[in-house]
Amino acid sequence: MRYLILSLLVIVGVLGPVKAFEIEEQSRFGAAETEDVLRVLSTADLAFIRPMLLPFLADNPAIAVDYTVASSSEVMKAIFEEAQSYDLVISSAMDLQTKLANDGLAISYSSPATEALPGWANWGDLVFAFTQESAAIVLSTKAFENLPIPRSRQELLSVLRQNPDVFEGRVGTYDVRKSGLGYLFATQDARTSETYWRLSEVMGLLDVQLYASSSTMINAVVSGELAIAYNVLGSYAMNRTDQEAFTLVLPSDFITVMLRTALIPVTAKRTDLAGLFIDHLIAQTNAAGPSLLQLGGSNGQVDENSLRRIRLGPGLLVYLDKFKRRSFVSEWQSAILQD
Amino acid sequence: MSAYVHIRGSIHRRLITLLLIGAAFLAVLLYFVVQSVARQIAQESHDNILIASATSILDNASVVDGEIMIDVPYSAFSMLGNASDERVYYAIRLGREFLSGYGDLPVAGLEEGSAQVFQSTQFRGEDIRLATLQRPIFLGSEAGKLTVSVAQTMDGQRKKLAGISLVSLLIGVSFFLLTALLATIAAKSATRPLHRLAASVSRRGPRDLRPVEAPVPSEMAPLVTSLNSFMLRLKHSLAESEEFIAEAAHRVRTPLAVVRTRAETTLRRVEKPENRETVREMIRAIDESSRSAGQLLDHAMVTFRADHLEQQQVDLPALVLDLVESLRPMSELRDVDLSAAKLEPAVVIGDGILIQNALRNVIDNAIKYSGSEGQVEVSVHTAEQTATLTVTDTGPGFPDDPDNALLKRYARGDNVAGIVGSGLGLTIVDEVVRAHDGTLNYNNKPGGGACVTLSFPCL
Repeated sequence: MRYLILSLLVIVGVLGPVKAFEIEEQSRFGAAETEDVLRVLSTADLAFIRPMLLPFLADNPAIAVDYTVASSSEVMKAIFEEAQSYDLVISSAMDLQTKLANDGLAISYSSPATEALPGWANWGDLVFAFTQESAAIVLSTKAFENLPIPRSRQELLSVLRQNPDVFEGRVGTYDVRKSGLGYLFATQDARTSETYWRLSEVMGLLDVQLYASSSTMINAVVSGELAIAYNVLGSYAMNRTDQEAFTLVLPSDFITVMLRTALIPVTAKRTDLAGLFIDHLIAQTNAAGPSLLQLGGSNGQVDENSLRRIRLGPGLLVYLDKFKRRSFVSEWQSAILQD
Repeated sequence: MSAYVHIRGSIHRRLITLLLIGAAFLAVLLYFVVQSVARQIAQESHDNILIASATSILDNASVVDGEIMIDVPYSAFSMLGNASDERVYYAIRLGREFLSGYGDLPVAGLEEGSAQVFQSTQFRGEDIRLATLQRPIFLGSEAGKLTVSVAQTMDGQRKKLAGISLVSLLIGVSFFLLTALLATIAAKSATRPLHRLAASVSRRGPRDLRPVEAPVPSEMAPLVTSLNSFMLRLKHSLAESEEFIAEAAHRVRTPLAVVRTRAETTLRRVEKPENRETVREMIRAIDESSRSAGQLLDHAMVTFRADHLEQQQVDLPALVLDLVESLRPMSELRDVDLSAAKLEPAVVIGDGILIQNALRNVIDNAIKYSGSEGQVEVSVHTAEQTATLTVTDTGPGFPDDPDNALLKRYARGDNVAGIVGSGLGLTIVDEVVRAHDGTLNYNNKPGGGACVTLSFPCL
């Protein structure tokens, strides 16, 4: 696969514009014959973005949207290293978005919509949050038939400790070395509470399974391969049709909340369209309720005090530091891999 | 009567100008001082945060198995983000070797022995404040220097400083306005004694030449001393001239009266008609001299008193009646019928003696020029705040006088050659009337005879 892509890249490099970073999906929406094309580079897949994109195109029939999906590290590569031209960058990797803005690769944008945003959703008029997505615990309904549903991390700990035979090899979580989002969740968890390390050790003792994405984790729970998936993106679980196979738990001690953000890169050509789309994303989020779209759980029945929104800002740069990452990962490895 | 005063500048204005210049200077100074102090404080607190951030990174550096481990604490950067949405840059270096962060961040020139340094510089086209901290670290046997630089953009601080500038500008302006107000009050208060002195001097009556006794500030003492001595001299000189006038009148009139009496006695004794005629001419000449001397003295007195016009209430009808009574013997002597019939009540403000003198001269002339069997009528008429004294006679009347030449000193009509006169009468009258802001008119009645009117503004 890799060789195929490499050879493809070589061919593309010879024939057309260089697309050195790895694209997962690319699609064009809206008007066929138009000059007004908004080029979006995003980590959110088409299924996620479609409900937000279609109303935008309905409101603006003359605009077309060229939508490219890539992983967060590839998005970073495209903008940071290759200076690819896109009008808007949407990513769930808050740390990387912050770094782009901090390193002067984002254009400042201000509108009545962005000014109305709460402080945590706007960093320096450069990065704008338009969703709040929680890290959740997904439990297999079948595995917990005879067990109490843990509502917090402490309860999860005791369930794991008391039933090692049930959970041996059936606990899953992100591999922080492979997933940017997993790393972000893990570092924020560790920053918020020491429980995270205890939980990691217990999971490590139970031969934890490591995954690179939320959807594969949920799939594993649904298939019965896993009994528990820890730190799954709640929005992915909520959008599934096989809801009866699993239970979504938002831990009551604290809920880590990831903000999906948009920024206009300096390479943007149509900043006007990008601004329009940002306004649309913010407006749609606000229309969906008290800015808790995609938060998951029992329809906004979430205690605001237990929310730990990951804060946009320079603090996120800490985890991008080479030394910090090395020391965190080594600590994580020693906790979870038990070696 | 207000004399022309040569004015250059104003103490009040000069005082205010000087104070305002001082205030403006201080306000500008205040503006810059407040601004620079605020700037310094802002800079220092910003520097403190930067150095705290660098310190927290350096504190978390350790050597594990001969390798450097740096566990950058979350707070190292989040504390920078707390204040504002500023961008943060950092660099961790070991000696000259770049370890982590932003490799292109400027390297601070740390002097030997100093552990930290601050710089205001540019990075990626933006103004930044850079704090650099250094400490020795031991890698096995090697000793190295671990350097941490933390920098932040200055946008927010610039905005804050703009706000501070505005505040210090407001402070400066309000200081200036307050001082301007105080300067006005001070200038007013400083010149108040001058105004008070001027008011008290100009409020005085024309004959009030007492020295100024009210207390004055020391700066005004020389002025008041000079003024007092000046007034004293003036008083002396006035007293002297009044004395002189009185003395002169006495000295001239008395011998003349004696000579006249002698002449009359002689006349009774002389029997030769040509001698009697000679003596009569002598008597007429003596009369004329006496009259002229009187008029000269009158004129001197009028000039003197008109310069220092008194402001008394003068009852014109009473004054006319008095005068008519006193002149009746003279008119009877000349067979002239002197009457004061129409006297409307009228009061004017002025010097009664002067008005009486003027009127006396008019009536005197009227009696003189009327000749025997003549008639002189005096009347007082009031209309529209003007009191008019009218004297008519049955004499030859005035010659044509388009230039008012008769009002000049020593001028006489060319139709009165046969009658003695000094030519001072109308001049005196005119001066008196003008001193009272009034008007003098003289013309001939249609049926013959002169008509003189003196108009005064009245209450």
